[in-house]
Amino acid sequence: MQDQMDYQKIGKSAKARRILRNIFVYTMLTFWALIVLFPFYWMVLTSVKSYSTYNAEYIPKFFTLAPTLANYADAFTSVSLGRYLLNTLLFTVVTTALMLFVTTLAAFAFARLEFRGKNLIFTLFLALMMIPNELVIITNFVTVTNADLRNTFTGLILPSVTSVFYIYLLRENFAQIPDTLYYAAKVDGTSDLRYLRRVMLPICRPTLITIGILKIIECWNSYVWPRLITDDADYYLVSNGIQEIRENGFGRENIPAMMAAVVVISLPLIVLFLIFRKKVMEGVSRGGMKG
Amino acid sequence: MEKRTMKAWLYLLPAILFLGVFMVYPLVDVLIYSFEEGYNSASQSFFGVGGYNYSYVLHDPYFLQALKNTFLLVVITVPASTALALLVSVGLSSIKPLRDLFQTIYFLPYVTNTLAVGLVFMILFKKTAYSDGLINLFLHWFGSPSIDFIEGPYWAKMFVLCFYTIWVVLPFKILILTSALASVNQDYYNAARVDGTRRGRIFRRITLPMISPMIFYLVITGFIGAFKAYSDAVALFGTDLNAAGMNTIVGYVYDMLYGDSGGYPSYASAAAILLFAIVLTITCINLLVSKKHVHYSK
Repeated sequence: MQDQMDYQKIGKSAKARRILRNIFVYTMLTFWALIVLFPFYWMVLTSVKSYSTYNAEYIPKFFTLAPTLANYADAFTSVSLGRYLLNTLLFTVVTTALMLFVTTLAAFAFARLEFRGKNLIFTLFLALMMIPNELVIITNFVTVTNADLRNTFTGLILPSVTSVFYIYLLRENFAQIPDTLYYAAKVDGTSDLRYLRRVMLPICRPTLITIGILKIIECWNSYVWPRLITDDADYYLVSNGIQEIRENGFGRENIPAMMAAVVVISLPLIVLFLIFRKKVMEGVSRGGMKG
Repeated sequence: MEKRTMKAWLYLLPAILFLGVFMVYPLVDVLIYSFEEGYNSASQSFFGVGGYNYSYVLHDPYFLQALKNTFLLVVITVPASTALALLVSVGLSSIKPLRDLFQTIYFLPYVTNTLAVGLVFMILFKKTAYSDGLINLFLHWFGSPSIDFIEGPYWAKMFVLCFYTIWVVLPFKILILTSALASVNQDYYNAARVDGTRRGRIFRRITLPMISPMIFYLVITGFIGAFKAYSDAVALFGTDLNAAGMNTIVGYVYDMLYGDSGGYPSYASAAAILLFAIVLTITCINLLVSKKHVHYSK
């Protein structure tokens, strides 16, 4: 009888400790989740407060009873937010498409074709992965300026196209496709290009989508290169646009309208992320880096 | 050249062209720039070769300020963010319900535009004539006087910059560490449990050694990333970082190149190469240190 009591006691205290630990863990996780979410909440909240309400609040309020969409209208009419969005869209789509094209061809050569000097040049490619962008951007700036390509999409896009890391990633994926498939296709008289399009690309679609999304995120958020190469507001991307809005846009004090612009800029990537959540996170954990 | 080789080079041609023009050539060129003294970008001429650009940069108070800011940022954010990420990931992997939701939330900062969300942080921390701002409201609750974090004292500005940087880099670290924790072989834990090992000891003796390669990877990439900090600072303090006293090394490079104080590609090159040298040295030190402490399973 006594023994059984002890076991019950031990069981109870273990359960109590587990519950306590869970409470602690959930509290901590919720706390950090709030810190992450709060800026998003605040930008949406501020963007639906009217200009006069916002400025009348010496002590900011955590909710609003009279939400308004007027700031969104302002964001599209009194500054060229629509233009910035279109520019960024164009830049992102063209850069990503070019990147996929160049990357696929190079990865195919490295994974499938046999040629002299292959190992050497592949090693050189890998070595380039270690070169920080900051080191090459100076000359690129001079090159593009001398070629008279400032304030053009060509100047924006060309230096942003290649990423050695994606070539590496895709090559690894291509190399997993069994050789026998290739030989079978060769016997049937399929050309290399046709084999690439009809067999390799469909098999490696998930990887292509992953690197495509990573590149889209990178392009949408890119700031440094566009800032160096554009000073004409007609060619601003969203990052530069928001900086421009902040410094000379609505007048420094129209913060609700600024927040409306921030919401509009942030939304596309958040939606893209929520749709492709698994792909994005898998891709990033395989070696994506911010910036 | 044989036909096969020709064809392979044809496939590689676009990549080689892009990389050659925008990476290999600039790499050589930046070195040359950094040693050309008195380079004039209008006439593309220079009048000497030597180390003057480096000595100019090293004596420039703006560069020294940027150096100090960057080092402080690195020393604070790399350990803090790695420790925080470890704490959150361990918490995440110990729960089942709501785990996906938490993971999704934690990842959000990764996909946001640094410049845009930085503006939100600025508004939260900024003190204006109209309002003390939200963070100051919290400070008032604790009886503290209000502080201007954006245009106020140096430590306050540094605090916001570090806080925002940690907020931005954490998603990547949490993601890497949660997948590292999930890949630890459960047999080790079961064996430890049979032996009645306490949780703290399990964590120190099994979990930490097993994920140490990933922690080390995060420390290295964290160092490199923090040394290249720039857009976070712009988002908070505006484009004129020198005036705000919050410039970073990368910011110094770009300011030398372009903008109101720009037009000096030689100084910019010298500063960029100094940055590269610092990062390389720190990475090498990291590699040496890790040999002693990182456990690689065979």
